[in-house]
Amino acid sequence: MSATSATAHAHVEHVGHHELGFVRTYIFSTDHKMIARQFLFLGLFMMIIGGLLALVVRWQLAWPETPVPGLAGILKETGGVLEPGQYNMAFTMHATIMIFFVIMPILAGAFGNFCIPLMIGARDMAFPFLNMLSFWVTGSSGLIMLSGFFVEGGHAAAGWTSYAPLSAVTAYTGVNWGQNLWCISLFVMGIGSMMGAINYITTIINMRAPGMKLFRMPLVIWSLFITAILLLLALPVLTSGVAMLLFDRTLGTSWFRPSGGGEPLLWQHLFWYFGHPEVYILILPAMGIASEILPVFSRKPIFGYHAMAFSMIAIAFLSWIVYGHHMFVSGMNPALGMAFTVTTMIIAVPSAIKTFNWLGTLWGGRIQFTVPMLNALAFVSMFVIGGLSGIFMASTPVDIYIQDTYFIVAHIHYVVFGGSIFGAFAAIYFWFPKMFGRMTNVVLGHLHFWPTFVFFNLTFFPMHIIGVGGQMRRIYNPLQYEFLQHQQHWNVIITIGALGLGIAQIPFVVNFFWSLFAGKKAPLNPWNATTLEWTAPSPPPHLNWGPTLPTVYRGPYEYSSPESREDFLPQTTPPVGAAGARRH
Amino acid sequence: MLNWWLPENVSTYGREIDWLFHLIYYITGATFILVFVTMLVFLVMYRDRPGRKARYTHGSTPLEIAWTVVPAVILVVLTVLSLPAWSKIKMTMPETDFVLHVTAKQFNWQVAYPGPDGKFGTADDKVFLDEMHVPVNKVVRVILKSQDVIHSFFVPQFRMKQDAVPGREIGQWFEATKPGKYELPCAELCGFGHSGMKGWIYVHTPADYAKWAADNLRAEASPAPTEPRADDKKVEKKAEPKKEGKAKK
Repeated sequence: MSATSATAHAHVEHVGHHELGFVRTYIFSTDHKMIARQFLFLGLFMMIIGGLLALVVRWQLAWPETPVPGLAGILKETGGVLEPGQYNMAFTMHATIMIFFVIMPILAGAFGNFCIPLMIGARDMAFPFLNMLSFWVTGSSGLIMLSGFFVEGGHAAAGWTSYAPLSAVTAYTGVNWGQNLWCISLFVMGIGSMMGAINYITTIINMRAPGMKLFRMPLVIWSLFITAILLLLALPVLTSGVAMLLFDRTLGTSWFRPSGGGEPLLWQHLFWYFGHPEVYILILPAMGIASEILPVFSRKPIFGYHAMAFSMIAIAFLSWIVYGHHMFVSGMNPALGMAFTVTTMIIAVPSAIKTFNWLGTLWGGRIQFTVPMLNALAFVSMFVIGGLSGIFMASTPVDIYIQDTYFIVAHIHYVVFGGSIFGAFAAIYFWFPKMFGRMTNVVLGHLHFWPTFVFFNLTFFPMHIIGVGGQMRRIYNPLQYEFLQHQQHWNVIITIGALGLGIAQIPFVVNFFWSLFAGKKAPLNPWNATTLEWTAPSPPPHLNWGPTLPTVYRGPYEYSSPESREDFLPQTTPPVGAAGARRH
Repeated sequence: MLNWWLPENVSTYGREIDWLFHLIYYITGATFILVFVTMLVFLVMYRDRPGRKARYTHGSTPLEIAWTVVPAVILVVLTVLSLPAWSKIKMTMPETDFVLHVTAKQFNWQVAYPGPDGKFGTADDKVFLDEMHVPVNKVVRVILKSQDVIHSFFVPQFRMKQDAVPGREIGQWFEATKPGKYELPCAELCGFGHSGMKGWIYVHTPADYAKWAADNLRAEASPAPTEPRADDKKVEKKAEPKKEGKAKK
């Protein structure tokens, strides 16, 4: 480690001699903080597209086959009425964009890049050039994905899960290049994420500052470390799967087509073998973010640091052997379903441990309701609902009934919106001062948080109810079914909630851009936090710290410690008296 | 409260599913209330006030053990209670002489009766489109197939769901307990006509069923023939019930 910091030191002096040009600073930058901002902007831009697609879907479900406001100009033949194929395209692309181009770029891409070097005390990533490449490969895959909207036959319409053979044979959907581009885009995205994952793992293992032992790392770093391992191992399975699907579509292979001897369930096994770890790729960084923010604004050490780290490791291990619960009624051998029930029930335990430890962190604290704290509390509470609704699915007999209904849609949105997106908002509000050197506006922050929280629940909670009523997901018009007609009013309520949720994001956009240019200048450590990033200037310069790297003497959550007169003890504060051997 | 939203159950095993559904509902509901009340109490009690000092603690091993063991025990119990019902519904096949072949296609259910010779795959098979007639209180075995993409055979009132996978034959069963007319939607996205792909299951009293069978399953009654797609002719021939064999007893 000392050798690394010595080279970095030499590097600092070296770059001091020449200024980087505009292109190297803002576009093809190798600085982890600039790459983090690029990922953040990519994710926020894509979130607008993904969100608008969701509103189109919701409009159709509440008021089926009526003109969607604003779409009359695009859907000229129908005057703005969505056709079934276009509806399938809308929900397919909503999910694809939100998962691969919003949550992954923001949580793993932006905050992985921003937090890892700054919070472990490194000057940059281990492979800065690879890091830059990772962003541009991911960005290109985003462009490829968006280009699918403009090809003949429309974009992919087989669901974000793209079950074969529906996705494998053009005649079944009428979608030709849309589905091909979907495969190509995810293939390229998989390569980009692999580059990022290798970088994160290498950096965390090799480039920690002196004294930054593994168990002195902030939990968000633990979460990103584990996420990177999952990314490294899971994404190649998807990458191979979409390549096979593309070959079936274009080269006439028969991996998944029974007419040529292929096996449709093989796709599902590959997809969910990736897909379940993927769920944890989306939620683990948010868990880490919440574990970071709760102690800061409770002014208390995190409750059960080791339990928190080990439960994330347990989740990561178990995430490989639960994927079959997506396939209980798929035709997979039902005996295998039993095994997956057992593992799925087990994976609920580490999630429960985490929840109770978050509650333990609040217990006896001095809780400050700042905007990042509110979002982190929303994460915890919404994740609890998403976790509890998962238990219904783990029970195979109950899953027979609720599989492929809106109960599942409710569950995934409580986890990935209530969990990941509230986590992302919490992270944006929390690290914005460090990232951009300016504070966000508190009034606008509250104006964003409260309506988002209320409308989120108005949108997604009733989905449990219509799911229990039997409404299938991915149907175009619930009124085509007699047994669903009596609950159509819920679909209207949900859509009103979704429209409110969309409008509630306006204060966020205003706040983000206003603060970017006109926000109050951020001090070094606006939240009185203990971790290393708050010892660097806001925003940190290239290579993060001056000539010397910080040295770490203690754990990351020393709040209200009796050792200090202030209510926080930064990781860099040397212990009083003898240096060295202290527990934390 | 769950019963406000669940459709009426009219199958034998539906009762067991509903019982588990309610049990999990009460357990998760109680947990939800416990966690939320605790959280709200903490948020109010420990809010930042002048002079308040936070408690300096890094955790508690007894508490960690407690909140690991208690959820684990509850989940083990739920697992143990879930497996017998699953085994009964999906892994065993009650004796029955009433067998139907259902072949899904974009975007219909083709329901085949064996015809007067009692055998499937012969010229006198009777095929009905989006319509199934069965007697009440009788175990019905359904052999599910698909000739194009994956569909899912979903009968909300029977609490029954099973994907139909091209290239496979999957045996399922149900026993309806109440005469009536029940909707049979497709629950797996199967293309632009997925929404609206549905049939009706008519559950008759034994006398009504005998009358319906006499009118419709005799040799002279003409069923609706169906045209398989070019891509799937091979599928029909290749379909072997080998995968499903293990699942039955």
